Amino acid sequence: MNLNRLAGAPHAHDRDSVPRLMSAVLLAILPATLYGLFLFGWPAFNLLAITVLVGLACEAGCLWLAGRPVRTGVKDGSALLTGMLLALSLPPWAPWWIGAIGAAFAVVVGKQVFGGTGQNIFNPAMLARVMLLVSFPVEMTTWLTPHPWWSGTSPGWLEGWLITLGHFSATDGVTGATILGYARTELGMNHSLSQILPGHYQAGAAALGWTGGSLGETAEWLVLLGGLWLLRRRVITWPIPAGMLGAVLVLAGAFHLLDPQRFADPGLHLLSGSLMLGAFFIATDPVTSPVAPLGQIVFGIGCGVLVYAIRTWGGYPEGVAFAVVLMNAATPLIDHYIRPRAYGRTWRGQPRPVPARAKQPPLVQRSGVDARD
Amino acid sequence: MRLHDFRGGVHPPGQKHLSAGRPIQSLPLPPRLYIPLQQHAGTPALPVVTIGQQVGKGELLARAQGATSAPLHAPSSGRIAAIGEFTAPHASGLPLPTIILDTDGEERWAEREPPSDPFDLSPEEVAHRVGAAGIVGMGGANFPASVKLSKARQAGVHTLVINGAECEPYVTCDDQLMRERAREIVDGIAIMLHALQASRAVVAIENNKPEALQAMDDACRHDARIEVLNLPSRYPAGSAKQLIQLLTGLETPAGGRGTDTGLLVHNVGTAYAVHRALRHDRPLISRIVTVSGGAVPEPRNLEVPIGALAADLLAYCGGVSDGRARLLMGGPMMGLPLPGPQVPVIKGTNGILALTPDEIGEAHEPSPCIRCGRCVDACPMGLLPLELSKRARGEDWEGIQALGLNDCMSCGSCAYVCPSHIPLPQYFAYARGMLAAQRREEQKARRTRELMEQRQARFERQERAKAEAAALRRAQKKQPVTVLEDDED
Repeated sequence: MNLNRLAGAPHAHDRDSVPRLMSAVLLAILPATLYGLFLFGWPAFNLLAITVLVGLACEAGCLWLAGRPVRTGVKDGSALLTGMLLALSLPPWAPWWIGAIGAAFAVVVGKQVFGGTGQNIFNPAMLARVMLLVSFPVEMTTWLTPHPWWSGTSPGWLEGWLITLGHFSATDGVTGATILGYARTELGMNHSLSQILPGHYQAGAAALGWTGGSLGETAEWLVLLGGLWLLRRRVITWPIPAGMLGAVLVLAGAFHLLDPQRFADPGLHLLSGSLMLGAFFIATDPVTSPVAPLGQIVFGIGCGVLVYAIRTWGGYPEGVAFAVVLMNAATPLIDHYIRPRAYGRTWRGQPRPVPARAKQPPLVQRSGVDARD
Repeated sequence: MRLHDFRGGVHPPGQKHLSAGRPIQSLPLPPRLYIPLQQHAGTPALPVVTIGQQVGKGELLARAQGATSAPLHAPSSGRIAAIGEFTAPHASGLPLPTIILDTDGEERWAEREPPSDPFDLSPEEVAHRVGAAGIVGMGGANFPASVKLSKARQAGVHTLVINGAECEPYVTCDDQLMRERAREIVDGIAIMLHALQASRAVVAIENNKPEALQAMDDACRHDARIEVLNLPSRYPAGSAKQLIQLLTGLETPAGGRGTDTGLLVHNVGTAYAVHRALRHDRPLISRIVTVSGGAVPEPRNLEVPIGALAADLLAYCGGVSDGRARLLMGGPMMGLPLPGPQVPVIKGTNGILALTPDEIGEAHEPSPCIRCGRCVDACPMGLLPLELSKRARGEDWEGIQALGLNDCMSCGSCAYVCPSHIPLPQYFAYARGMLAAQRREEQKARRTRELMEQRQARFERQERAKAEAAALRRAQKKQPVTVLEDDED
């Protein structure tokens, strides 16, 4: 009668599973992705498709080589998500081989060599982005201003493929630095922000995504909406996003107050670059972030501080990928030192002393039905 | 009373509607009852009956052995058919020594002393009678109630907590008992307060049982020492440690006892059994069992003689409608999977469930841990289940103890929320088994060494004794000679 003799308790389960969590994250990032595709047209779509397909193929290949079940491994959606997040962090008109190399690196070196899903130390997509940025700085920093699908400047299907295949000549008409990159260059020439920003940065346009940048860093409000939905669905928890955004907000605010001409205001920091994407979708990657809430806060703050430091004083205009990868490396250390306090034990793990209050009757009144309120 | 909070926990669907509100019905007496000698924590009971002997209802079948043990009584009148091995309600499904009773259907009570007023008895005597009635913790822990009462009185416990939380899904036996027999429970509480010499009692009930809350509140209104409290419905609010924390904010120190906090937790079923034992001199020979689950056509709350088979209960509730159903003793969170329906109900059995594959969610194979930390958030003991299971997989027995394996109470919250469907408590059970085996090995080695040393010492003693005896003989031999010599002088 009973087929499963070896089954142990519990004999009930919450509905969530790994594929469901991955689908929720994919669903949450979909609006921002679609908006990005709409802004940058066919070449962006081609790049996204190539990145995702190469990622999936590499995942399947590695699983097959390792002699593991290929179908269930690919179906958990982690490779799909890695490909997607990587594509979102690339310049939208980057040539096909950037996406292909990046996706292969992310899945093979970033994840599978560590032992596959759950075993990697670094966020695969961010590791690949860092590798690409260091190896191919020109391709990785060729940004362009939005070319919405309905406007006449959006390339057609064939033209789109030519751009994807690398026949894209950067002309001033289409390219433009991101606001972070532009501000950095100009600040380097001792121009003050009040000279730099007007004409290049409007908070409203930045929030709506009408700026140059990678696919996923334009529509901040759609990214934020997706992130909030994930929080509400409890796919992610608040400590990492709150720590990361909070740290950037506090640092940017403090420095901006000190010298508004040298340090951009917190709004610019929050609304530009891939900070929002990083805080809600990348730093929250469970595999590479701490498990205990307090450790997650530390991790989030660490990411935020690094992002601000790299943006302000580092060698690159944007630092989300570096910040996340660096904090990933610190995760085992955080997990080792920051653990929840166990019931009946002190923070140091020693048994708690017998409570002194124990011998006194507790201070309660007979409340009867009132207790039910 | 302001409630405190406990860490973690989960919200499994209650599924209590299946059997809640169904009046307690008596199971028709089965022709044969199977009474395992080990139904409690501690030493198994020792049979005092012989095969073929006629016994009356309530007659002693086996007596307690040692300090922590409990006697067994005949759940009905009849003839002892056999004393042998029978499948026990235990995770292994292995047989254990069992008294098998053929009932005669007469329900003839054995002669018993007329009960006296429990409040005229000394607290020691009350605890003694609770023990003699074979009462154990009815919530599933099966710890002998009299031992708990005596120890708690010595520890100076001031508050008795009566646990009516019933946080396991499906199970409604305590709910129904409180709805129908609240006055008897309250009387049992008063007797227990006397045995404890404690000043007050709190009846803690999860807020998903409004009828039971009302019934208990009405029943204890006349006694100012007893208070009814409404708990949030969150598993495992009914675990003694979490319940104490909810009520007082205090934690039982690691490795310590619940009574260290000045509270003692007993189940409502135990209070009812105490009332029966002290007021009516009835030993613990029956209990209320919830028969429920998606594969049970007519879920019910049954009053069942100890020793009835799960098969008897299920047959009375319309059989099992799904051939793939998993049979459980207890609730789905901590219940025991049964190897088959031929397993007897024991004193701590609160539910017999038949769950469909859909209810269990067994379609999922375990996949790798993604370190999402949901198990960490869910663990009411503040442990890191993912790290513990990693140590168990790596057979790192020192590491797993350092991470607090001994603090884990196997509530199953971690596995309930795990999106990778990793059977975490099974890893912990495996580690516990390995550690126990290791300890046994060490003990054996130590004992062997001790015996060897003793043997060595014995040999040495013998050698010394021999040498001394020889020396003495020589001396004695020598002495007459010297005497002779002396004489010759």
